[in-house]
Amino acid sequence: MFSYKAVYVIVMREFKRFFRQRGRFIVSMVRPLIWLFIVGAGFTKIIDVGEGADYIQFILPGIVGMTILFSSIFSTISVVWDREFGFLREMLVAPVSRVTIVVGKLLSGTALAVFQGTLLLFIAPILGLDVGVTDFLAMIFLMTMLALAITALGLFVAPFLTSLEGFNVIMNFIVLPMFFLSGALFPISAIPRAIRFLSFINPLSYGVDSFKHVLLPAGGRLTPEMPIVLDIAVIAVFAIIMTFSAAIVFDKKK
Amino acid sequence: MSENNSIIKVRGLVKKYNGVEAVRGVSFDVYSGEIFGFLGPNGAGKTTTINILCTLLGYDSGSVAVNGFDCRKSSHEVRSSIGLVFQEITLDNQLTAYENLKFHSYMYNMERKTTKIRIEELLEVVGLTARRNDLVREFSGGMKRRLEVARGLLHRPKVLFLDEPTLGLDPQTRKHVWSFIEKTRKKFGNTVFMTTHYMEEADVCGRVAIIDNGKIIACDSPEELKKSMKGETIYLKTADNERAARELKEKFKLEAKVIDGGLSFNVAGGEKFIPRLFEGMGVEINSISLKRPSLEDVFIHLTGREIREETASPRSRTRGPGGPRGMGRGRG
Repeated sequence: MFSYKAVYVIVMREFKRFFRQRGRFIVSMVRPLIWLFIVGAGFTKIIDVGEGADYIQFILPGIVGMTILFSSIFSTISVVWDREFGFLREMLVAPVSRVTIVVGKLLSGTALAVFQGTLLLFIAPILGLDVGVTDFLAMIFLMTMLALAITALGLFVAPFLTSLEGFNVIMNFIVLPMFFLSGALFPISAIPRAIRFLSFINPLSYGVDSFKHVLLPAGGRLTPEMPIVLDIAVIAVFAIIMTFSAAIVFDKKK
Repeated sequence: MSENNSIIKVRGLVKKYNGVEAVRGVSFDVYSGEIFGFLGPNGAGKTTTINILCTLLGYDSGSVAVNGFDCRKSSHEVRSSIGLVFQEITLDNQLTAYENLKFHSYMYNMERKTTKIRIEELLEVVGLTARRNDLVREFSGGMKRRLEVARGLLHRPKVLFLDEPTLGLDPQTRKHVWSFIEKTRKKFGNTVFMTTHYMEEADVCGRVAIIDNGKIIACDSPEELKKSMKGETIYLKTADNERAARELKEKFKLEAKVIDGGLSFNVAGGEKFIPRLFEGMGVEINSISLKRPSLEDVFIHLTGREIREETASPRSRTRGPGGPRGMGRGRG
């Protein structure tokens, strides 16, 4: 039995937890600022880009992508967390279907990620980027797609993690490579040919690229590398496949 | 009470884990409105059975019905008619007591108006009204348990399942939880099904099924079970247990069991028997004690061993034995 009320309350719970875990909240706000204003500002001084976007402007789409990546993955870790601390059972014995719980987790993870990504967009004018209302709305749409895709990926992986220790492994072997290979910090064309295929099977690459289409000024060396239609198509397909996979795995694995 | 009165009906239940039978052909009835206890050592199949009744686990053969609904075919209806308190704490530490209850009410699709009234009512019953807006992580083990019982009753279930409800609580808190389970049962008229390996806890039940190695070996009220023991239990420590056992058999026609480096046997009119024992025995007696039969004795009598702290399932944490050594529930 699918229950909207249950979805609603699962989402509300995740938001409450997010704002109550001060540390998590602060880290998620400060981490992108460190990347932008320390790493980004530093490299801007030594990288000559000529025309078009500055380096610090160039990495904003990537940092938004990173924020969504970390937030989405961390949200799905709450499934592991809930299991470890027993709360998952409270949800599993309720007279609602497993799909309800998956949808609740999916929407809460997505909404939290988009919320954090949106806050970051307000930095764009400080960096000298011109973001109008249409750009803003386009970004919300694209961020939602990416957040949905990655939260679904996380939900698909989470049931296989038997403990919170598994989270560290995931962080180091999946999340960080995903970030570095996504074109967030340097163009994908700069990645060694031998491992470039990893960038092309990385959903984050398409998300970051789509953000570049919206946020970066035209021209120069640092531009989007793929057509936006391709970006959106890949992410949409990935999101759909992962959502179904997550629902199936969740149903099977408890 | 008659069959039509049963709210839980289990017939020939078998559950295997990797080919090994954990529950081996169990049948029993739980009657509407009673407190029914499942007493047995860890690993006897108690939690497995409760998980099957709650539709959290499938089974291999037999039939299981709760509130008239088949646990396999109508799991949704079963879930709507039951409330659960698990062995481990399943509250959200980062929500308040009130928010935990509210979460539950949404999951069980309760009406908003009744929810508010019932939450207030239950918080009052469990004595947590003053702490309603405090985060659960600040609660003690006993308070968490009480809140969980309140949550289990929030949607007015027909049956409240309690899996080792006082595991790891200190004796005083334990008594408090019992009185309060009884109080809520009287108030709401729900049936209670609980598992335990504490004898005192089984004494709270109207009827008790003793389960060992996946089978029910006795099922009756605690009083009847004790009466079946006939007489008192005498526990004896001697210089030579083997010889003492032989003498008991020859001189008094009593079968003694070796337990904990001593001998234990039952005899009618135990107080009067002790002087005769001292006269008759050729072995030096180091200590002697007499006990009215407890459920523990019933268990020993039926299985030939004590309910002991055995290795628990890997999920559950340190199991505090009864008494002041009992551990906190941890994971605060």
